[in-house]
Amino acid sequence: MRRLGRWLLDGFAGLVLLYLFVPIFVIVLYSFNRPAGKFNFVWKAFSLEAWRNPFAFEALYESMKLSLRVAALSTLVATVFGTLIALALTRYRFRGSSAVNLLLVLPLTTPEVVLGSSLLSLFLDLNARTGFNTIVIAHIMFSVSYVALTVRARIRGFDWTLEEAAMDLGASPFRVFYKVTFPIILPGIVAAAMLAFALSLDDFIITLFNAGNRVTYPLYVYGARRAAFPPQINVLATAILLVSLVALGATVLWQQRTLRQRGMSVTPLA
Amino acid sequence: MAGTASGGSRRNRLAPYLLVGPGILWLLVFFVAPIITLAQTSVAGTEGAWWTSYQRALSDYGTHFFRSFRYALGATLLALGLGYPLAYFIAFRAGRLKNLLLGLVVLPFFTTFLVRTFAWKTILNDGGPAVWLLQRLHFLGPGDRLLDTTIAVVGGLTYNFLPFMILPIYVSLEKIDRRLVEAAEDLYSTPIGAFRKVVLPLSLPGVFAGSLLTFIPATGDFINAQLLGSPNQQMIGTVIQNQFLEVRDYPLAASLSFVLMAVITIGVLAYARVLGTEELA
Repeated sequence: MRRLGRWLLDGFAGLVLLYLFVPIFVIVLYSFNRPAGKFNFVWKAFSLEAWRNPFAFEALYESMKLSLRVAALSTLVATVFGTLIALALTRYRFRGSSAVNLLLVLPLTTPEVVLGSSLLSLFLDLNARTGFNTIVIAHIMFSVSYVALTVRARIRGFDWTLEEAAMDLGASPFRVFYKVTFPIILPGIVAAAMLAFALSLDDFIITLFNAGNRVTYPLYVYGARRAAFPPQINVLATAILLVSLVALGATVLWQQRTLRQRGMSVTPLA
Repeated sequence: MAGTASGGSRRNRLAPYLLVGPGILWLLVFFVAPIITLAQTSVAGTEGAWWTSYQRALSDYGTHFFRSFRYALGATLLALGLGYPLAYFIAFRAGRLKNLLLGLVVLPFFTTFLVRTFAWKTILNDGGPAVWLLQRLHFLGPGDRLLDTTIAVVGGLTYNFLPFMILPIYVSLEKIDRRLVEAAEDLYSTPIGAFRKVVLPLSLPGVFAGSLLTFIPATGDFINAQLLGSPNQQMIGTVIQNQFLEVRDYPLAASLSFVLMAVITIGVLAYARVLGTEELA
């Protein structure tokens, strides 16, 4: 009886994992398709054509470039802002810290369509033209919370007396930060920055409201359902997947190494 | 935390405010102020009472609201049913494979949300693999479709937010002291009894966080409904988007958006009261 239960659980868990994979498999598979018409929704024949010419569609290429630029810029700013907030929350007890916590959580419990539309109503109210700047502003807004919460979760419980030790030994505040604090919090910052980058690259709903006439990669894909859906879309999606996997693998290895050097247990992703 | 307090008293009292300053200012200007503007927009510009656009929002689009909450609830329950066993498996039975499996759970996030949903369109398409299989198994009749049905939309929502359900549940299961389960079994509890009395109550914070992280984005989402459903499955997100970007009836659009936010906030608070978990994540 007990064994049967376990067996059922394992089987069910396996099926759920499979469910998570099916669309990913389809995305990768269809990057090798040679579709009959303009829409890559039905399997026709195996082809490397799209992989040979990933940038055959100028607009798709431009949208990818825009997405990467937005992601880089918003990640940079959000990572700085979010890390500073996380430092303040873990290092100091101060009046208003619970309000700060609340303000960080609220954007995560607000539907994206509300975030996007309210930001648009602000820009309309200010007569601001929506475009590159407003996309970046929006992306920074939703990334700050994720960065702050991720960094805070990672650096909670570190031994901050190390800083005091360094200061007692006569190190200047700048040197203490550079030599002690920064190396301690760096893995958390890198994880948070990767998350922010991925979120920015993937964001559709908030961007749709604030993009004006600019087209990011997700917006291109959205528009593609009307005109043409070339396999190059799948090629770029697969490329994003591969690059993310390599980046993730590299950071996990790097963090395991630095943590092991400090004699700590290894729990990536947590 | 002791180090925190002593560090705080010694340093400049202004330091924490300087640190949170830029980020919090950003959130105040681009998150709080927009919500206020949204409220203002929703009551401005129409002749008659201030609630005119709210009245229209509820009378014209009440069904969309209702449908969105129903679909999101369905997706949340499905995600719970699928996600809990997998989270349990990873936490208690995966052993050395734990980190690999967690990586696999978040793998969908590394492919673009929209492309993922288009992939479901490919799978569920008429003449596609899912319809073919289900027709062979006689679950579907010859003319039946999967695309443009409620099943497709709720299934798509479930899929897209499933990792948000799995991860918090996994985190709360992982924290459980295994000795508690052993103690229950030593006291002659059946495995199911030990699960019900020990594991399940301790994992409720994860269930709470996971349900919110699934339900909230699912209610506001309109991609799944737009790509996998027909106009009969249209959700409130589509309406808001359409009113804001195409029709440009800003008061109506803003009041729709505001109602959505208000209902979700009230729902979250009520849910927190019921489950007794005030803390998120």
